[in-house]
Amino acid sequence: MSRQSNRTTESKKMNSELFTLTYGALVTQLCKDYENDEEVNKQLDKMGYNIGVRLIEDFLARSSVGRCHDFRETADVIAKVAFKMYLGITPSVTNWSPAGDEFSLILESNPLVDFVELPDNHSTLVYSNLLCGVLRGALEMVQMAVDVRFAQDTLRGDNVTEIRMKFIKRIEENLPAGDE
Amino acid sequence: MTVHNLYIFDRNGTCLHYSEWNRKKQAGISKEEEYKLMYGMLFSIRSFVSKMSPLDMKDGFLAFQTSRYKLHYYETPTGVKIVMNTDLGVPNCRDVLHQIYSTLYVEYIVKNPLCPLGETLQSELFSSRLESFIRALPFFSARAG
Repeated sequence: MSRQSNRTTESKKMNSELFTLTYGALVTQLCKDYENDEEVNKQLDKMGYNIGVRLIEDFLARSSVGRCHDFRETADVIAKVAFKMYLGITPSVTNWSPAGDEFSLILESNPLVDFVELPDNHSTLVYSNLLCGVLRGALEMVQMAVDVRFAQDTLRGDNVTEIRMKFIKRIEENLPAGDE
Repeated sequence: MTVHNLYIFDRNGTCLHYSEWNRKKQAGISKEEEYKLMYGMLFSIRSFVSKMSPLDMKDGFLAFQTSRYKLHYYETPTGVKIVMNTDLGVPNCRDVLHQIYSTLYVEYIVKNPLCPLGETLQSELFSSRLESFIRALPFFSARAG
């Protein structure tokens, strides 16, 4: 009990190299465990999703951010507050679709790939796919279904890393069945 | 001043946690029934209140009171709902409820990977922390009724 007695909600610093290397070890192990890159991508997304559904609670507890009124506000909060808080970077929000339901996060640098070079036999691996899962999971918890994918990746020779997010629908809360 | 009881619901209406302190009269129905009715009422108030609101709502409804007790309500964007019943002398409890969410629920339940979400909470650590948190509140007093 005493071990946990001085826990607070303040953020603690963590060595970024340790973080990067840990993530690398995780992806490497997945590559060993699964036959093909597609499967690894899927697993990363799934893990990210499970992280996201819990991380959002931490995010809400720590930041004073309330419910967003539109997708643009959501985009801003993700880029300026969430990415800053958890990865220490602030991606820029651009490439809005005319309907305002789709945008891109441009990451100048991606801390997950600091030491990474993709070998030729992993050409379809989306190395940082965990991030997509995290975003999807977190937003689902605040009643937003979104589609998240990597559009560009510096690991594949692009100049920047681009995460494309598309708003699908609002998830309505329903009264649990069996209530009168 | 005193605290009567506290409910925590998740987004699906499952009662994750219930505890009570100075509750002298029971509702006369099973606890499950009570949770359901409580959640149903909150759900209805919430949706009606937002329909009636002249402007877009921000925080939703915060509290209501009867001649005997006051119900304090706090909801996070993820749909976690914390409900605390107190007597009438207790002032606005938003901060207290937010603290229960951020320093207890998130710290001991959400961050504990072995605690399944969406089920009744089994964590003793959480219960005991909550217990001492409530007992330490300035308006918690066992004497009052």
